[in-house]
Amino acid sequence: MNVGLFIPCYVNQFYPQVAIATLQLLEKFNCKVGYPLQQTCCGQPMANSGYEKLSQGCNELFTENFAGFDYIVCPSGSCTLHIKDHLHSHKDEKTAASIRGKVYELSEFLVDILKVEEVNAVFPYRVGVHQSCHGQRGLHTSQMSELVAAPFSKINQLLNKVQQIELVQLNRVDECCGFGGTFCVAEEAVSARMGQDRVADHEKNNVQVITGGDMSCLMHLEGILRRKKSNVVVKHIAEILNAG
Amino acid sequence: MFIVIRLNHSPLTIHHRPLPIHIIMTHNATHPQLATAFNKDEARVGWHDETLWWVRQKRDKAAWALPEWEQLRDTASAIKQNVLSNLHDYLVQFEQQALANGVKVHWAADAKEHNEIVHSILQQHNVTQIVKSKSMLTEECGLNEYLANNKVEVIDTDLGERIVQLANEHPSHIVLPCIHWKKEEIGELFHQHLNTPEGNADPKLLTAAAREHLREKFLTRKIAITGVNFAVAETGEFVVCTNEGNADMGAHLADVHIACMGIEKIIPKREHLGVLLRLLARSATGQPVTTYSSHFQQPNAGQEMHIVLVDNGRSVQLGREDFRNSLKCIRCGACFNTCPVYRRSGGHSYHTAIAGPIGSILAPNLDMKKYADLPFASTLCGSCSNVCPVKIDIHNQLYKWRQVLTEEGHSPKSKTVAMKVMATALAKPGLFKAGGKMMRWVLKYMPWLVNNKMNAWYKQREMPAPPEQSFTEWYKKNRT
Repeated sequence: MNVGLFIPCYVNQFYPQVAIATLQLLEKFNCKVGYPLQQTCCGQPMANSGYEKLSQGCNELFTENFAGFDYIVCPSGSCTLHIKDHLHSHKDEKTAASIRGKVYELSEFLVDILKVEEVNAVFPYRVGVHQSCHGQRGLHTSQMSELVAAPFSKINQLLNKVQQIELVQLNRVDECCGFGGTFCVAEEAVSARMGQDRVADHEKNNVQVITGGDMSCLMHLEGILRRKKSNVVVKHIAEILNAG
Repeated sequence: MFIVIRLNHSPLTIHHRPLPIHIIMTHNATHPQLATAFNKDEARVGWHDETLWWVRQKRDKAAWALPEWEQLRDTASAIKQNVLSNLHDYLVQFEQQALANGVKVHWAADAKEHNEIVHSILQQHNVTQIVKSKSMLTEECGLNEYLANNKVEVIDTDLGERIVQLANEHPSHIVLPCIHWKKEEIGELFHQHLNTPEGNADPKLLTAAAREHLREKFLTRKIAITGVNFAVAETGEFVVCTNEGNADMGAHLADVHIACMGIEKIIPKREHLGVLLRLLARSATGQPVTTYSSHFQQPNAGQEMHIVLVDNGRSVQLGREDFRNSLKCIRCGACFNTCPVYRRSGGHSYHTAIAGPIGSILAPNLDMKKYADLPFASTLCGSCSNVCPVKIDIHNQLYKWRQVLTEEGHSPKSKTVAMKVMATALAKPGLFKAGGKMMRWVLKYMPWLVNNKMNAWYKQREMPAPPEQSFTEWYKKNRT
């Protein structure tokens, strides 16, 4: 299975350990992983700010970089959703359409495509899961608390296979952390407050590690945790699934 | 900044609550500015958030009590889809039925015409004092201000609306107009206006005082205005939902009943109420049904009944394919209660009659320039679309409004410049690599360049710790 590794721009620059864990994890599950070196960004920062038209350069580059893989896997629900919903190419729309159909967020790829049964990982900590909205409500990687429907969570399904992990139930299971792309600076006051409230929920429940499928939410929560000199740390799910 | 500072020190601010909407509007403050002011009082934000979250939880319990909940939402959405596809025909049918029932029917193209029609009815009856039950349409049209300018006294009879009216404010929520008020503050307000004992905030006592105060108005006013929740095309009747019975009290005691409705309130048949009424109160407050769901079909002997059908931008919205289904809204307010941004910024920060996520997709249709900030007052988390009883894809429309507003030139120039720089850097792998490397170098060796007041991120959050190398650099060393 020929898998293209799609690494979000900010993960590439600020959280390389998350990308390394994703790569090693996919390799552990016998994927042949290719990493197009010319990749940059999915274009979401412009598009969500109302400048979708300016993201065409990113779209063309993405289409070129990721043509020819069986699957494209990304350790971010948000970037995956953006590609799924908005990737179009003026030069090669056929390839763009095919990419939209085979791009997967990491946890959904592990659960739905690889149908992972065993995770050879050990992580002896109390862990709170932050359900990132675009993965959850956009890609349906887990059930949403607003709907009257049977619960499920692909992230929790995977984390439950990790040895010695203790998953903690939060008071608000799927409230947004307030990152929201450029929202985090354009609406600084509300964004920070939302993040502080999310962190408080984890702390109240004695969480040691906050995890999730999107490093952007975790970067925001980490910024708040570090400002208040909290002992709680953030880890992407790839890092936990690849631990030990 | 001027606005924010003014807001914090204004003598009109009571207990750090936001200012009345007309003050806000004259200052042209934006959502981020008003939300920043609201967030100065941290404890109050926490209280506001918890209060509305409690309402959201009540809604969840009510929804889970009905195994057919999602099917009800699908059905309601389909009913409303049919209405929007055949709006003209249903409106004509409704008018015919209403006229046959002896109701006077008026058509208003916009807010101004609506206000003039209402005023002309008052003038015909030489009435200068009226009672009005809850109607977000009249808020949208600015009817109270219009009538006040024409020397007409309007008494809002919904308790929450009366509270904000006494405080010279506007509702901060379409279902819970004074949700931003604490009971102690209401006690203080009632002491000032209704002579209740000083320092008494007993809800029972305050409600009884309001009841007595309003009773006199009900008994003496000759004209009553109500809103409309649903208007049935096949029968010409309309349904008004309240928990306080104030719409019924006003309409039955007055000589003239004027019902004001947006044209999207039409439903084809009475049987459709069996779907929509089940959803409305459960979504709004978690009640199985509103205490009063009153059907009005024809005037009582000796009384007059008027219906004012108002467009005010609705037919324009109907013509916008991407935003059309926002007209399905039944004004339950569920999207307000679930919205993490609304809960932490308060209704007045939206500086429009209908706040929250639904207001943010309705308002730009009325005035793009004035409301260009609202579609950005969201993280696009999508919770609003999930609670919506008629399945409006609110968060997708917020995204689409952002594109339209930018295309139409309602984006600040500085933002356009920044976005162009970003788009160029991200479309060229060489620039991206160089830029990323520079950013990490700055964070490591010159953090003061980034960690300062100019950086909104840094105000309440630390920047990420810069790693030694990017993933691409690691990959080149280790895998190629």
